[in-house]
Amino acid sequence: MTDIAERSVPKLQFTDAEAGAKEFPDSTARSYNYFKPAKRKQTHYEDVTVEVQPDPRHYLSQGWIYGFADGQVGYPLTWTKLKAWGQDEPEPERGPGSGGLPKNFSWPAHGWHEFRDPNEEWEMTFYRYGANVERQINANIDVAREADAFAQWNPNWVTFVERHVGAWMHIEHILGLYVFSHANRSGPTNMHNTAMVVNGMHKIRFAQDLALYNLTLSEEIESFEGSAHLETWDSDPAWRSAREYVEALTAIEDDWGESIFAANVVFEPLVGELFRSNLVQQSAAGNGDFVTPTVIGCGEYDYSRRDLRMTIAMFEPRANDKEFAAHNQEIMQGWLSKWVPLALEAARGLQPLWSEPDFKPPRFEDALDRAKSRFSGIVSELGLQLPKELAQ
Amino acid sequence: MSRQSVARAHQKIQELSWDPMYHTPYQKYGTDYTFQKAQKRDPLKQVLRSYFPMQEDKDHRVYGASDGAIRGNMFRQVQERWLEWQKLFLSIIPLPEISAARSMPMLFHTVPNPELHNGQAIQMIDEVRHSTIQQNLKRLYMKNYVDPAGFNSTLRNFHNDYCGTIGRQFAEGFITGDAITAASIYLTIVAETAFTNTLFVAMPAEAAANGDYLLPTVFHSVQSDESRHISNGYATLLMALSDEGNHQLLERDLRYAWWNNHRVVDAAIGTFIEYGTKDRRKDRESYAEMWRRWIYDDYYRSYLVPLEKYGLVIPHDLIEESWNQIWNKGYVHEVAQFFATGWLANYWRIDPMTDEDFEWFEYKYPGWYDKYGKWWEAYNSLSMPNGHHPIVAENVDYVYPHRCWVCMVPCLVREDMVMDEVDGQWRTYCHEACAWTDKVAFRPEYEGRDTPNMGRLTGMREWETLYHGWNWADVITDMGFVRDDGKTMVAQPHLDLDPKKMWTLDHMRRMGNLQSPNVLLNEMSDDERTAFAADYVRQGPAGRPAPTDA
Repeated sequence: MTDIAERSVPKLQFTDAEAGAKEFPDSTARSYNYFKPAKRKQTHYEDVTVEVQPDPRHYLSQGWIYGFADGQVGYPLTWTKLKAWGQDEPEPERGPGSGGLPKNFSWPAHGWHEFRDPNEEWEMTFYRYGANVERQINANIDVAREADAFAQWNPNWVTFVERHVGAWMHIEHILGLYVFSHANRSGPTNMHNTAMVVNGMHKIRFAQDLALYNLTLSEEIESFEGSAHLETWDSDPAWRSAREYVEALTAIEDDWGESIFAANVVFEPLVGELFRSNLVQQSAAGNGDFVTPTVIGCGEYDYSRRDLRMTIAMFEPRANDKEFAAHNQEIMQGWLSKWVPLALEAARGLQPLWSEPDFKPPRFEDALDRAKSRFSGIVSELGLQLPKELAQ
Repeated sequence: MSRQSVARAHQKIQELSWDPMYHTPYQKYGTDYTFQKAQKRDPLKQVLRSYFPMQEDKDHRVYGASDGAIRGNMFRQVQERWLEWQKLFLSIIPLPEISAARSMPMLFHTVPNPELHNGQAIQMIDEVRHSTIQQNLKRLYMKNYVDPAGFNSTLRNFHNDYCGTIGRQFAEGFITGDAITAASIYLTIVAETAFTNTLFVAMPAEAAANGDYLLPTVFHSVQSDESRHISNGYATLLMALSDEGNHQLLERDLRYAWWNNHRVVDAAIGTFIEYGTKDRRKDRESYAEMWRRWIYDDYYRSYLVPLEKYGLVIPHDLIEESWNQIWNKGYVHEVAQFFATGWLANYWRIDPMTDEDFEWFEYKYPGWYDKYGKWWEAYNSLSMPNGHHPIVAENVDYVYPHRCWVCMVPCLVREDMVMDEVDGQWRTYCHEACAWTDKVAFRPEYEGRDTPNMGRLTGMREWETLYHGWNWADVITDMGFVRDDGKTMVAQPHLDLDPKKMWTLDHMRRMGNLQSPNVLLNEMSDDERTAFAADYVRQGPAGRPAPTDA
């Protein structure tokens, strides 16, 4: 028998360090105590997001310690033209002997901190949702492949999907990466920025889903040209105005609010849903395709059930802000006047697509009316006026 | 999972790459670096179709372990000495994580390579994962550990405490100033590639040795993402190196980022690992030994040095000096001693060191007892309120230090202190490398070259300034470090939760007022300042006054 040297391992000890083992001041104070919840009780989502991004108007007593070359620090509230109540109050001035907590401190110090993502997204919910979407898409595609479902597609529909459903992936990608994700450095609170990241990742995921669906179709349908979407996106005049719109979103100068508003309030209902729901979803079945709607439907759900809800919760309080409602309404009405004509131009640019499939969807004008009606409902929910440009 | 291979899928999603045709994206974030349109490959090769289920699976394991820890009464065997330091660490770390997410958009338009943007987007959402999963871990500690004080006020504490401000460099450094300096060199090349090894690998091992297996569960899950982020930084670095005009900036940024990370991370993590543990096995690695393995060998020798052949100027001198600080100049011990000196200004309890601790320190760091032993014995004897003041106001041969204007850790290795008048203010720096960061690196011109995008040092960089002339009881009240009886302090210099043995605001009220070293420095005459500096550099080790016989 061989001698075995005693292994060196840490010695565990009974410490009795669990909650309730002793009574002393704070022994039962087991909730985060530095913010006010939106409702009566703090939610799990609030616990993991609220106040992670500091604010000198709250507890950040030494201020931001690094700045940009032009002197801007942290997350300036001026990175959108919208305003929230309280933000024009001067920042607390701190210096020798000033103390740290602002005089007459109250939480929140301004209205931006009231925003909560109604989807309550944090990492656990986000990954569960994303993984479920991917499982659903994979299952649908796998069962279609096994059933040889792609063989049932009308030839013109094959061309439509390879070119136009393919072109849509680029819109989602630009919105996801260069609009929503890009904005997550700019928002005034952690809740804004986290919601914008989540929206961005929905878009990036959807863009990739479309790209990989395209790859599957290249493998399953002999005549399917997997790279045709590139030429369509670059050269087809039908896509020109839509592309101009999303590229223009990336060129907005220093206003995260305008970017998100112009994307989710204007572009998505007037162009996004118009294409996805009123064209692709309405055409597919008649052309023998029950698969594409399940892929598109996931992106549609992202917007209609999650990202739009978040957007309304983000902007409606500003339109009805107790201090800056008039200012914000003027700004947002200006955005509507600026972006609605561009969105309608993009929508009308897509009109030729309605005649491409063999089985025709409802008429373009009817589809556009539905899109306008949807848009009108969103504008109304935000407490804004319909822009006269909508009649164009 | 799709049948398509990840490589094929990844190749396909490159078709999403966007070249603007009608509008030029607004360049919100600037850089002084220039990039050729080099087609560096995305090293992550991550596709969301496989990424989501992978992350979800990792989450399941983390949350399953969390449930198991509670059901298995993990907190009956957790060392309080360890968990108390987590009140500091877990107050800091969610902001660096979320700041890393915020920094990725700074690269979207400054690194002209759409293929890399995919990896940056994945890193962005990874960082959201890290920030919220860490907030959640802290929430679990708050709800299940015997003393929730300090966890329950965590982010207020972090935002107004000097330790939090020091830690914030490891967050704000990612998101301001030159986009490449911040989001690439400071964050991915140095912070993530070098220092997450000690943060997310070495420290969790110490947690496990102290009965806490949840910290390793969460942080090893986090670290499995970090290893991908390292590849992101490497790809951008190689792109930057391909343009010779960037070499000067890379040299500057590596020097700044290396030294700042050393000052901040080694101060905090070194203290947690050395002074927050009850595991005193002689064959367990000290922080210095870990540092030598993880940072010196794995990062410096295996990662940085091979980049020399591409023209990267490596700060060999600063890396050797960091080791010199840790091994010869007692940097971590000096920091831990300062934390304990100022226990009353913080929001966690600091356990006194015992004979068993002394023996371990002496074994790992020969000569430790002669330098620090007497002071820790004094700390122990002054830990319970008994008619005396907290140790900071008692005569224990310790001179309260001045702060470094740059890293904001006090100038603890006294002989290295540098004093200078900069921007119309007298400032102290802990080392000439920090003085260089303020006076040379963070300026609109660097070695004769315009650097209009370089960031600026801002803020009230000395915490004591805010409370100059305040009574300590008022300071602590203003910061909110008081328990729910309205008088017992959150911080304590011992672990005994018997209310009769806990310090209260009444004890603080009897102390003298807090004085700001920097305010006092600026009130001195030139002669007084010269004498002060001459005396300061003769102080130490362990904060001892300068010898009077010299």
